[in-house]
Amino acid sequence: MILVFVESWNNQFKKASFEAVSYARKWADMAGCSVKAVVSSGASNPESLAQYGADSIATLDLAATGPGMAGQLSTMMDGVQGVVVAGTAVGKTLAPTLAALIDGALSTNTTSTPSSVGPVVVERGAFSSKGIETIALSEGMPIVSFVPNAIGIEEKAGAGAIESGSASGTDKVAVSEVSVASGKVALPEAEVVVSAGRGLKGPENWGMIEELAEVLGAATACSKPVSDIGWRPHSEHVGQTGIQVNPNLYIAIGISGAIQHLAGVSASKTIVAINTDPEAPFFKAADYGIVGDAFDVVPRLIEELRAFKAAN
Amino acid sequence: MNILVCISHVPDTTAKINFTADGSALDPAGVQFVINPYDEFGLTKALHIKEAQGATITVLNVGGPETEPTLRKALAIGADQAVRINATPTDAITVAKSIKNHIQANAYDLIICGQESIDYNGQQVPAMLAALLDVPMVNACVGLTIDGSTATAKAEIDGGHATYTANLPMVIGGKKGLVEEKDLRIPNMRGIMTARTKPLSVEEGLSGSNTAAKAFRKPAAKSAVKMVAPDQVNELVRLLHEESKSI
Ligand SMILES: Cc1cc2nc3c(=O)[nH]c(=O)nc-3n(C[C@H](O)[C@H](O)[C@H](O)COP(=O)(O)OP(=O)(O)OC[C@H]3O[C@@H](n4cnc5c(N)ncnc54)[C@H](O)[C@@H]3O)c2cc1C
Ligand SMILES: Nc1ncnc2c1ncn2[C@@H]1O[C@H](COP(=O)(O)O)[C@@H](O)[C@H]1O
Repeated sequence: MILVFVESWNNQFKKASFEAVSYARKWADMAGCSVKAVVSSGASNPESLAQYGADSIATLDLAATGPGMAGQLSTMMDGVQGVVVAGTAVGKTLAPTLAALIDGALSTNTTSTPSSVGPVVVERGAFSSKGIETIALSEGMPIVSFVPNAIGIEEKAGAGAIESGSASGTDKVAVSEVSVASGKVALPEAEVVVSAGRGLKGPENWGMIEELAEVLGAATACSKPVSDIGWRPHSEHVGQTGIQVNPNLYIAIGISGAIQHLAGVSASKTIVAINTDPEAPFFKAADYGIVGDAFDVVPRLIEELRAFKAAN
Repeated sequence: MNILVCISHVPDTTAKINFTADGSALDPAGVQFVINPYDEFGLTKALHIKEAQGATITVLNVGGPETEPTLRKALAIGADQAVRINATPTDAITVAKSIKNHIQANAYDLIICGQESIDYNGQQVPAMLAALLDVPMVNACVGLTIDGSTATAKAEIDGGHATYTANLPMVIGGKKGLVEEKDLRIPNMRGIMTARTKPLSVEEGLSGSNTAAKAFRKPAAKSAVKMVAPDQVNELVRLLHEESKSI
């Protein structure tokens, strides 16, 4: 069977978790085996995972951190042929910890489902999206951590039997504080990202960026200098040395399009660039471009999108 | 306190990436290699700890002789000694096992890695290393204070932050925030001179790999951008809805 780790936050499944189950289903169909989902015993509606292809759903008291959860999963490997984890913050520590504990073969940053299963071969982003690597998980348990949004969610019914599991987990760190902005879309999982750069002139001008993001249900991001000067938090910095994003739509406003910025955003499916400078390099990486002043174009875009939303 | 800073040797961020004609590997022609940017934050953090409370800083790379200039640069920035583990870094797990062997033979209180290497973007080595050593790890670490044998580490999590406490030794996967951009140091002449005489030892590493890179290629080129006039934003909305189906 293919084991899939299903993450929840405040007892709700994350979008990337449904995608993880869809991924596991596709892999299991190729391998001719079943899908077992591992979820926190507190998560509401575990049976909903059957819709995406889970044949069995093991509920478990999970540890608090990725490494702790990996310790638990490492004791559940009986009959498992492969493991799927979404590349969220938790997944990014869980997957490599598990790989080390069971001496498995790990592909992170994975952007495709397996093209073959003996051994498992997948594609992954390398060199900050400047390259695509085809990798074989040749020795030991194949473990795939995929980029959220890269695969998509697909409905396909699985048997959905609920089992209660047990595996003791220990965290080696103590969690002393957690603060997560509620109601904000998390950047790595976002389907739409509205991002702005130094062309915005100052932090006081981000109101229209947040408004545009709100209309689109988007996450906000920024270029590196913008977070370096402290106009926006570090956690919004995208690019080669920041967060790498993979949304359906990336809107870049007042960002020049330096190679280091593009490295973190060029995997986006559709890119819109808005810039006063017709020679801005971003236009070479974009699908749609507007040469214009952000202070004039963005308010208009907000207005048009509101009208569009009202009509659709 | 003994601090180990693990450094990967990666193409400069401005490098245009090309692969060999048969697609089997990176073509290093014309590519300049640098200290992985995430590791620069880690090295600077180690220097801050050293300056505040005293420490010996060892920098380590698993790689061939070509990475020694990168280690010398770390020495010039202020590390005390360097270790090159002689092995081709084929996959993260083998790299992590080699580093683990070195750590077990040399007691370190704190192991600072970067969150990821900007070459293969693995985000694997630090968590693997912590698992192999059976010690705590904090990834995406944007703040660290050490008090005796206890560490308090602030980390980015999806949509926010978390703060963790742990006992040393531990592994950090660090990034900007650990120190600020303005704190990063460039080697000065004196640093470069002293780096020449600082110890750089070579140890043998492991070979083998659980994964095999089969091929590399570049992503397909984008088709030409479609320009929309600034007074026709409604046309952009139409294209995003009807053509690219983004909204
Ligand atoms: C080691 C290293 C790593 C790096 N990593 C990253 C990274 O991860 N991410 C990243 O983003 N950068 C990174 N950079 C920095 C990168 O090289 C660029 O300097 C940076 O992306 C530029 O940011 P910007 O486009 O916001 O600013 P600028 O280059 O100053 O561009 C501002 C743009 O706004 C336009 N503009 C001005 N006014 C307006 C207006 N009213 N309306 C619309 N447009 C306007 C201008 O024409 C210009 O194109 C890195 C650099 C180095 C050396
Ligand atoms: N070959 C290597 N030698 C030394 N340290 C490494 C090596 N590869 C990775 N690391 C460390 O592990 C971190 C994460 O790398 P990676 O898992 O490759 O993304 C890097 O920032 C380094 O600190």
